[in-house]
Amino acid sequence: MISNLINRKIFTLLKVQYSNMLEYRVEIALWAISGIIPFFMLNIWTNNNLNESINISDVMLSRYFLCAFFVRQFSVVWVVFSFEEDSLMGKVSPYLIQPLNPFLRYFAQHLAEQITRFPFALIIAFFFFIFNTESIWIPNLGLLLLSIVSTFLSFLIQFLIQSIVACLCFWTEKASSIERLLFIPTLFLSGLLAPVVSFPAYVKSWIYLTPFPYLIDFPANLLSGNETNISGGLSMQILWIFILFPLFMKIWSEGTKKYTAMGS
Amino acid sequence: MVQNIIDVRNLSKSFDISSKEPGLKGTIKHFFRRQTKSLKVIKDISFEIKEGEIVGFLGANGAGKTTILKMLCGLIYPSEGSIVVAGYLPFRRKENFLKNITLIMGQKQQLIWDLPPIESFFLNASIYDLDKFEAKKRIKKLSEMLEIDEEVFIPVRKLSLGQRMKSELLAALIHEPNILFLDEPTLGLDINAQRNLRKFLQKYNKETNATICLTSHYMKDITSLCKRVICVHQGAISYDGKLDLLLKKLSPVKEILIVCRSEDDAIKLENFGFPVKNKIKNEITIKIENNYITSSLKTILNNFDIVDLYINEPPIDEIIGKVLNNKEYDI
Repeated sequence: MISNLINRKIFTLLKVQYSNMLEYRVEIALWAISGIIPFFMLNIWTNNNLNESINISDVMLSRYFLCAFFVRQFSVVWVVFSFEEDSLMGKVSPYLIQPLNPFLRYFAQHLAEQITRFPFALIIAFFFFIFNTESIWIPNLGLLLLSIVSTFLSFLIQFLIQSIVACLCFWTEKASSIERLLFIPTLFLSGLLAPVVSFPAYVKSWIYLTPFPYLIDFPANLLSGNETNISGGLSMQILWIFILFPLFMKIWSEGTKKYTAMGS
Repeated sequence: MVQNIIDVRNLSKSFDISSKEPGLKGTIKHFFRRQTKSLKVIKDISFEIKEGEIVGFLGANGAGKTTILKMLCGLIYPSEGSIVVAGYLPFRRKENFLKNITLIMGQKQQLIWDLPPIESFFLNASIYDLDKFEAKKRIKKLSEMLEIDEEVFIPVRKLSLGQRMKSELLAALIHEPNILFLDEPTLGLDINAQRNLRKFLQKYNKETNATICLTSHYMKDITSLCKRVICVHQGAISYDGKLDLLLKKLSPVKEILIVCRSEDDAIKLENFGFPVKNKIKNEITIKIENNYITSSLKTILNNFDIVDLYINEPPIDEIIGKVLNNKEYDI
């Protein structure tokens, strides 16, 4: 009964947010196109034969960067910016007095945006294959399903990290500056610019203890069929969710006591 | 006996405010060492509100009335004192409490800007656990009460302010709350839209016995909706009681403009003993205490040849303005 009610709430939220996102289809197409960093990186890697040093073939590298592009498309998070604006402008006030955590609204917004993004990402992939016909492959169904789960877990980790940072708005007002600091390790350590396997051994030894390689590198390797520790990767993703979720709940509960409802 | 639905005891709220001296020196100083001070915006206030009452909170800008409303609905955390609303501590935001209340802010909106209001109505309905059938029934009922129809299918950004406000109200009332917190609900609306909104609130209160706490700078909102007012001055309550009593106390006399048959009659009336405000030819304006209006008018009509007379109520804005600028009224 309770789960039915929650499901209905989330389903309605998703439905409404999807309708809302469809209003922004042009922007979403542009956002999808703006996520093509992995293709630039692929170009840099292959033109300089950098892949030879890490024993990855051209084909596997191009598949990796295509998968990194896909994972990024479905795990990109911007909740800190939305929440910061809503909090500073007082827009979050009406949501705070509804029996639904406002972050579920943002969560639904992100999922709806991902659904809207999907066809555009497919079109980009189609053009990628036209120019890289040798990279075409049909992923193993089991690995495909696992990589979908892993991409969703990656999205959850990023959503929780940003939500925790967003809650700092209750204390600092400009929490997005902290997010900008986090963007640097996310960019370099997540596998967006280079597969983590290419990093020096001493760097790899501690990178895998952080959540960053599980954001892009792990799901992208999984989907592209590169060798990776599947159970270890999934366990680390789940572990990070178990660490981040209670932390978010605690900071949310403390933060709302500090809320001053500015601008309203 | 009517129960208290809101009980506030010794409530205070302080905010930490940082201040900065002007100029470059002040900016650099502010960068290295922020000076913050605690500002007490609500000072030890207590009051009770009964179920079904409509209470107006009056006060100048920054007096603290909106802060009181925000604490009553659980949006902000009180610094000291206690608040009990419908048996709950609001700041805990328990689900059953939240299902009992609503907050409408004239300058803020909860409707999704790019979608028609109907989408927000159904979203709110599911948030408050209403099934589709019940939601449709309530949307229909409230649409009729608010006199909105096709507008609910037009994207919010294309609606007029009045239509948007009506839709905001519908979205905020779909769960039929028992307690309404309204912060300047008629802000920016034209006269007709203001009147319609007041009519709706009266009807809603009558039909559901909902308790309404209202702040407004439009005196017409207060006079037509609220029998009781709470005046807030610099975070403290300067008056809590019936609006009629406040008006009587602050405006004990009425002005009566009398048009006499001739200028001689006006002169006779001027010398009769009533306090005269002014006299222009055959028109004379006198001031009479509220308690003696009937007897004084009888005397005037019996003794003088009168063509016409007008009783002028002093403008309520002027009277309330006095309250807003003064600390205490001994009523």
